[in-house]
Amino acid sequence: MQKNIQKEKQSQSTGTTLSPNTSRKAGFFRCFSRCKGWLYLLPAMLFLGFFMVYPLIDVFVYSFEEGYNSASQTYFGTGTYNYSYVLHDPYFLQALKNTFLLVIITVPLSTGIALLISVGLNSIKPLRDFLQTVYFLPYVTNTLAVGLVFMILFKKTAYSDGLVNLLIQWFGGKSVDFISGPYWAKMFVLCFYTIWVVMPFKILILTSALASVNRDYYKAAQVDGTSKFRTFMRITLPMISPMIFYLVITGFIGAFKAYSDAVALFGTDLNAAGMNTIVGYVYDMLYGDSGGYPSYASAAAILLFAIVLTITCINLLISKKNVHY
Amino acid sequence: MKVVLRNLTKKFPSRDKKNKADVIAVNNFDFEIPDGKLIGLLGPSGCGKSTTLNLISGLEKPTEGQVFFGEDDVTGLPPEHRGIGLVFQNYALYPHLTVRQNILFPLENLKGKDKLSKAEMLEKAMEAAKLVQIDELMERKPGELSGGQQQRVAIARALVKRPRVLLLDEPLSNLDARLRLQTREEIKRIQKETGITTIFVTHDQEEAMSISDMIVVMKDGMVQQIGRPQEVYDSPANLFVAKFLGTPPINVFQGQVKGGTLYLDKDPVLEVSGAADGPVCAGVRPEGFLLRKDGTLGCELSGVEVMGRDISVVASNKASMMPTIRAIIGAENLAEISADASQVRFCLKPNKVFLFHPETEERILFEVVK
Ligand SMILES: Nc1ncnc2c1ncn2[C@@H]1O[C@H](COP(=O)(O)OP(=O)(O)OP(=O)(O)O)[C@@H](O)[C@H]1O
Ligand SMILES: [Mg+2]
Repeated sequence: MQKNIQKEKQSQSTGTTLSPNTSRKAGFFRCFSRCKGWLYLLPAMLFLGFFMVYPLIDVFVYSFEEGYNSASQTYFGTGTYNYSYVLHDPYFLQALKNTFLLVIITVPLSTGIALLISVGLNSIKPLRDFLQTVYFLPYVTNTLAVGLVFMILFKKTAYSDGLVNLLIQWFGGKSVDFISGPYWAKMFVLCFYTIWVVMPFKILILTSALASVNRDYYKAAQVDGTSKFRTFMRITLPMISPMIFYLVITGFIGAFKAYSDAVALFGTDLNAAGMNTIVGYVYDMLYGDSGGYPSYASAAAILLFAIVLTITCINLLISKKNVHY
Repeated sequence: MKVVLRNLTKKFPSRDKKNKADVIAVNNFDFEIPDGKLIGLLGPSGCGKSTTLNLISGLEKPTEGQVFFGEDDVTGLPPEHRGIGLVFQNYALYPHLTVRQNILFPLENLKGKDKLSKAEMLEKAMEAAKLVQIDELMERKPGELSGGQQQRVAIARALVKRPRVLLLDEPLSNLDARLRLQTREEIKRIQKETGITTIFVTHDQEEAMSISDMIVVMKDGMVQQIGRPQEVYDSPANLFVAKFLGTPPINVFQGQVKGGTLYLDKDPVLEVSGAADGPVCAGVRPEGFLLRKDGTLGCELSGVEVMGRDISVVASNKASMMPTIRAIIGAENLAEISADASQVRFCLKPNKVFLFHPETEERILFEVVK
């Protein structure tokens, strides 16, 4: 557009002295090349602004509007009441506790187990490709199919107690109701499920990270008589630390945002099951049976946002010391 | 510590489905590397230099044969018990550790009675760093060093445990021409100062010739010749060795021996008594030509390159196996070539001419007639 105008101006001004025209043109080009980067970014920034930044601000605003009525779009006043309500809501506290437990248990465990499996895979020759495929299968398997597998493993029905209970009984233990029984059993299943679901991706990333470490480092370490353990701690781990860090960060964020896994296992009424997560709480506040409170939902969402932000910042700070790019 | 290779052979199984024959990377190596010397393993790419080095270091197990360090048979010993230092082609410095930590790394592995205190370790590391003159750079990461500095760190790391044998695999190939010259002098100096038996792999003949006490020329897994650089240059065992050593390379002609005289094309160029009649390959070193009006070998002149002290005469001859031949002569002879000359005539220096069997490419000896 602007180029055209410039051209028209140019054609009109033929005949006038050349020097001011060329200098104006040069000025325009200088300006254009300076802004070029921003111009290229514009579509993406508009998109992000519209679908990410604007809603974020909107939620932030909602969370301070007291007694908001979505039908009439009115509210009584502004303040921190929504936060205080949410923070005193036992369901929210339960969801907070569940989410934290889930994060603290699944992120280190899944990353650690994935690392062990990847190192194992990396050190064997025969069957490696086959095993790699096997470990990757859950990633490409339909969620419902995975859910079904977990039903068979854990659910008590009229006909069977589930495979795990059969095993427990076989070893002489008492069977446990994993789906609607005690809290720890339900938590165990949720963590197990989460780890199971995130594992393939982590193994994939870590095996390729391990394979990309130059073999010469290992040869050098071997010539120097480095023990296997020290080689792993001092060479392998630092070399793949960027990938581990990536997995930990995305793992934390993913686990904080967990919701669908809990629904798949315990049904939609998570509050009743005592297995709700923060995202689940937000959803229930908006659309659940007792829902229709966008202000409370917004407050809870902002709280989640603050938690994830804090944890990620802490992660970044820790990584400065321990991650080697 | 002398290093002895006895009938050392390494075969790799073939991955080729059609050709089941094993790859023989190292074929029946049998030689001795004297104590405290710098040895150059020299040969074209793929001739088995790295494999030989890996056999000596223990990173590869030989298919047959033995390796001795001094009187000890180390064939069955893993690399960490052989007392070697190894410098890799790409240096393999740990990028996340500082120079100091890199050099300390081998020391920190010591266990049991060899275990050192922190202070002793630091002292040894500093000593090694001083030897290669990088003691100013101890706190840097390898990524913040130049190629030559990285190379010296790698040498320091290999030396810090005072190995019995130091092995270097193409240590200079990542450096630019100037740095390469500098660093190879440095390696020579370090080797002299420490007196550690050093084996040095390169495919650059000039590099090997300039710093080695002894060179081992290899081709396709076979040793071609072993000797002091000048010896090998002055008396190559076969055509391959003759061609491989020397810049510019040797000029090769198809010739004929008749009645004790070597003929190139139709020119009788040299008395070669003792050589049997028949076709031969004749190699003439570039410095083996003398510009003479009445020279025995006539050539078409295609150009003269002046290089200061010397001039390089580029010419062609029907008998030459290469399109051009190149003669290096003193610059004072430049006047002998008139500006519009299209022909030059050379005499050959007998000790710069080598005869080889045209099929086996083995050297044919003859008596030099004065
Ligand atoms: N692990 C292996 N498996 C099969 N063949 C191998 C293996 N390692 C080396 N070879 C073969 O052995 C021969 C010698 O290899 P080597 O690496 O020793 O050559 P090199 O002289 O070091 O060459 P370069 O100068 O290119 O490094 C080559 O033909 C190579 O293809
Ligand atoms: Mg090599």
